[in-house]
Amino acid sequence: MSRIFSVAVNTFREAVRDRVLYNLVFFALLMIAAAIFVGQISLEIESIIIVTLGLSAISAIGLLIAVFTGVGLVSKEIEKRTLYALVAKPVRRWEFLVGKFGGLVLTLAVNTVAMALGLFLALLFVKRSLGPADVTTLIAVYFIFLKIAIVISLALLFSCFTSQLLAILFTVGLYIAGLFIYQMRDLSGSKLSPATQLFFTWISYLLPNFENFNVMAAAAHGKAVPGSLIWQNTLYAATYCVIVLTLASVVFSRRNLK
Amino acid sequence: MPSPAIQTENLTKDYPTGFLHLKKRRSLEGLTMQVEEGEAFGFLGPNGAGKSTTIKLLMGIIFPTSGTAQILGRPITDVEMHKDIGYLPEQPYFYDYLTAAELLDYFARFYNFSGAERKERVAKMLKKVGLETAGKIQLRKYSKGMLQRVGLAQAILHDPKVVILDEPMSGLDPIGRREVRDIILELKQQGKTVLFSTHILTDAETLCDKVGVIVGGKLQGIGRPDEIVGLKTQGMEILFEANAGNAKSTAILARAKKSGSRYSLRVSEESVYEALDELKAAGAKIASVSQVKPTLEEYFMHLVGKDRAQAAAVEVSDNK
Repeated sequence: MSRIFSVAVNTFREAVRDRVLYNLVFFALLMIAAAIFVGQISLEIESIIIVTLGLSAISAIGLLIAVFTGVGLVSKEIEKRTLYALVAKPVRRWEFLVGKFGGLVLTLAVNTVAMALGLFLALLFVKRSLGPADVTTLIAVYFIFLKIAIVISLALLFSCFTSQLLAILFTVGLYIAGLFIYQMRDLSGSKLSPATQLFFTWISYLLPNFENFNVMAAAAHGKAVPGSLIWQNTLYAATYCVIVLTLASVVFSRRNLK
Repeated sequence: MPSPAIQTENLTKDYPTGFLHLKKRRSLEGLTMQVEEGEAFGFLGPNGAGKSTTIKLLMGIIFPTSGTAQILGRPITDVEMHKDIGYLPEQPYFYDYLTAAELLDYFARFYNFSGAERKERVAKMLKKVGLETAGKIQLRKYSKGMLQRVGLAQAILHDPKVVILDEPMSGLDPIGRREVRDIILELKQQGKTVLFSTHILTDAETLCDKVGVIVGGKLQGIGRPDEIVGLKTQGMEILFEANAGNAKSTAILARAKKSGSRYSLRVSEESVYEALDELKAAGAKIASVSQVKPTLEEYFMHLVGKDRAQAAAVEVSDNK
């Protein structure tokens, strides 16, 4: 466990020193600008705009970091040959992978928490107070974080056996497909053959279902989210990450590092 | 009977080549060798001979196509065995956002040292490789030679029983090379098993108890440096000084080679006394008489030449 922790801490340190967290400056500027300009529009929609804009930015920035940093987690170490010395240490390849995953998840957890703080500060600025309805915004941030964790695991998997460019394409492709899971399961109105429809239905269960993680509209309008969705999404994300990391470990443990 | 420190049996490695990876290129073929405990073993060969492939196989960086290997009696797939092994990769490259001290501290964490122990070991290692004043500089600012020193420090950080060094002298200036040689000798004196690859033959001759010569992926010879080249004397060399003033000296000087102010004459063991008499009669002043033995370099060049000739022959027959 301490080996995984060591790799994770070093991955976090790498992200910090590579100035990954500098995006927070951009997010802070966006929230300040939004809070100032939205205040001049109608009072009714100001919080809707702030929440929608803030959650969209948290999601987009988090996903960009997850994809672009995630795809280099392993392949960059192989290309730069920094992995050679590490593999010779008493550390298993799966421990290295889990550590790398943990390090980037930790980085994005810090990033997401910092951005969420910025969002709530902007909300407080325009609304002057926060209410129970804002809890949904917090839940939406948590769901974004879970979504990011799944994307990191996918990026890590592709990083184990392909180039960075292909890994980006595969990860983004899977992310986009994961946003249309329910459409894939309901193709009854389409002109596709029953066999193709069945194929898409099966595929939809293998793909990550990101639709359940999107509660942005509910958060923007202050509507409550069912409590069951929180643990369902948590369990789903955890299970999905474990499966993808297991797959990544199987692939990576057999890979020649050249 | 104790098991050898390093043992390989028919170790073979093929690399897939071509766009679809359908072709194969054999990088190492049926390597069977043993390195005993406490031995300094030099792995010699030209570039691309299979030295680094062997070391990478031993370290679990790549996997063998066939064959097995053991280190300290345990299979190379056993990760826990790495607690007793130190490894310096060829042309090492480390996390350049870390300082040397941070890198060593990071690696030390995999050996479960306490915080105080890590701190002490890191300082000791930095001093050993001459980087005590550069320990707090990020590795991205390090020269190739400095990275090599950090690589050496991380390889011996945990006091391993077996140290495997891939081209440890590469990129070092004469002082650095001398320091690495001293470290290898020190490890040897401590009873550690040291395996290192090199194509610098003088290093192997001065440091190794045993050498293995690998050319074209095949082990061509293994043994003590003097043993491997053969103890058989190739003749005698007489060094002398002479004036080309008379007919006798003119005849003998025609057979000798001039080197500086002296001449050297190579003769067979049987005819050495005859040659000495001849030189005496010619009024030559004898400086020294010594045996001529093949050097490791001559042996090495002979093997490399043979391998290239074979490769060329195969190429010619393929083209027919």
